[in-house]
Amino acid sequence: MLSIISILVASTIRSATPLIFPALGGTFSERSGVVNIGLDGMMAVGAFSAVLVSYKTGSPLLGLFGAMIIGGLFGWLLAFLSIHFKANQVVVGTAINILAGSLTTFLLVEIWGKPGQTDNVNYFTPWGPFNMFTYLALILVLVSYYVLYKTPFGLRIRAVGEHPRAADTLGVNVYMMRYICVILSGILAGIGGASLSIGSISLFKEGMVAGKGFIALAAMIFGKWHPIGAALACLFFGLADAIQTISMSYGLNVPKEFLFALPYMLTMLAVSGLVGKATAPAADGIPYEKGEK
Amino acid sequence: MENWINELKSSLKNTMKEILYPLAAIVISFIAGAILVYAFGKSPITAYKALFFGALGDWNKIGETLVTTTTLILTGLSVAFAFRCGLFNIGAEGQFIMGGVAALWAGWALSGLPPILHVTVTLLAGALAGGIWAGIVGWLKAKVGSHEVINSIMMNYIAMNLSNYLIMTVFNEPDKAFSYEIAPTAKLWRFAESFVQFKYSRLHTGIIIALIVALIAYYILNKTIRGYEIRAVGFNPSASEYGGINVNRNIILAMVISGLFSGLAGGIQTAGVQYRVNNLFGFTGYGFDGISVALVGNNHPIGVILSGVLFGALQKGGPMMQIEGIPKEVVGIIQGIIILFVASNFVRVMVQKYKENKEIKAQVAKGEVK
Repeated sequence: MLSIISILVASTIRSATPLIFPALGGTFSERSGVVNIGLDGMMAVGAFSAVLVSYKTGSPLLGLFGAMIIGGLFGWLLAFLSIHFKANQVVVGTAINILAGSLTTFLLVEIWGKPGQTDNVNYFTPWGPFNMFTYLALILVLVSYYVLYKTPFGLRIRAVGEHPRAADTLGVNVYMMRYICVILSGILAGIGGASLSIGSISLFKEGMVAGKGFIALAAMIFGKWHPIGAALACLFFGLADAIQTISMSYGLNVPKEFLFALPYMLTMLAVSGLVGKATAPAADGIPYEKGEK
Repeated sequence: MENWINELKSSLKNTMKEILYPLAAIVISFIAGAILVYAFGKSPITAYKALFFGALGDWNKIGETLVTTTTLILTGLSVAFAFRCGLFNIGAEGQFIMGGVAALWAGWALSGLPPILHVTVTLLAGALAGGIWAGIVGWLKAKVGSHEVINSIMMNYIAMNLSNYLIMTVFNEPDKAFSYEIAPTAKLWRFAESFVQFKYSRLHTGIIIALIVALIAYYILNKTIRGYEIRAVGFNPSASEYGGINVNRNIILAMVISGLFSGLAGGIQTAGVQYRVNNLFGFTGYGFDGISVALVGNNHPIGVILSGVLFGALQKGGPMMQIEGIPKEVVGIIQGIIILFVASNFVRVMVQKYKENKEIKAQVAKGEVK
């Protein structure tokens, strides 16, 4: 019994790790007022760039930096189009997802000359029961909480997401804050992607992200746009995943489709106010225009 | 008389303008795709030639392109219709899946019905399932105020898992990762039965249904009071409320109608193309492609038909590119870039900026502005 529990706990944490980074990223982005549906795509390009850089340089650490840079670049794209061109943020996010899926598969075939998956590259070998990313996730959750709630910078982020005009009047640069947060969300999603590709295994597979960005988005909402809430939601969704894995190997009769769908059903209940009301930042998703009344 | 001609002229001019911007975005995206192909040492001309002939090379290829176009027109209409009410139906994918499963059920469980009636009921079951699936999202938006984008993303995943569960249990073809087949009476008529040109394509009557549905969507939106109300809510919900329009009712209605279109697309996929439903490992993508189709078609039913043909051709031409040694993902990349350009109004904003700059320069030259 004890062994099952310890397996369950370890498996939960392992499943939750890649979700925590994009969930934190989403928290920053949406707290500043930009909806980031593109987390999934940003994870995919992150996972791919991590492997590519590690393949070219032999260093997984550089791979991680590569994932952060490329993830951040896609974050910049979302920021640029939604802030300067006032594009529909959800549409741009969707386009990023489509683009990321095709781009990674295209480059995979062009660089490795075969479809499906890349060769093995150097990766972060586990430290104890977990890999480096799990510890990094824990640290980043605490740092994010501190930054968002205990620093003037965090106060400005939240002000920009709740009432950009008031923030603007008080001299906060709304555009700049949004740029920083959205690029940061891309960087974090990139780390999340890297944790899938050079964290748990040593290669990139087509479709390896498989909607994890959307689960992270769901976790962020279920966690009420709060770093610690989002991380706990990730753990909870990780638990559903772990139960699914374990119940299969122990032959328990829970339909796996039900466990797959559980995070999404819970998120719907949360946004509908049935499991504690989750309310988005007031200006979430609304482009800000200077001088508009 | 002259007034009338002038009016027609100006409306034609406006239409041209509306078409010109997406067209410019498409051209730019194709150029970007060409640069990418060229960067990897392949010939863009070979690539696009293969793309073109793969999609429209002979009657069978045209038939296959139209099969995809059928689905894309319907999911595109679905997204466009919701857009006109100010709603973003990213859930077309889930509604499509539910439509497919419901049609599967009707196509099998109701066998014994006369052929034409059976097909009709099968398609209606699909449409209805999509309508209900979207209606839940609309209802939640209207009653609880929860955002339709988040709920419909969640509903997509729930639909996929529900469909998989049903396919692997109740509807399962033993030991297979797909369902059993629907009754012959529930299948849509295929052109191959009468036209030898389409012998090797799966082209079916669904394309005609899709075109009729586009006209219906146009009629509802532009010629009925309900459609006027839906567009009014999309344009300005507060003003509509003030003007006596029931905003909540229109939100639910727009979502349901939008869902009917996607559900019908799923139903047609089952009754016309696959005759069964597969266990899905990921999304089919038809619902998400509907977003591209709607955007490029400017959320107008006629525009949706045109962009449905474009994207259908892109998707069917892709594999032929693959044969020429160019990954078919180039198509997805082009598609993503098209959406980015259209969504950001990139061309329009740039043209405006250019004009403004020119004006300012002209004024500076005249000495009006210092």
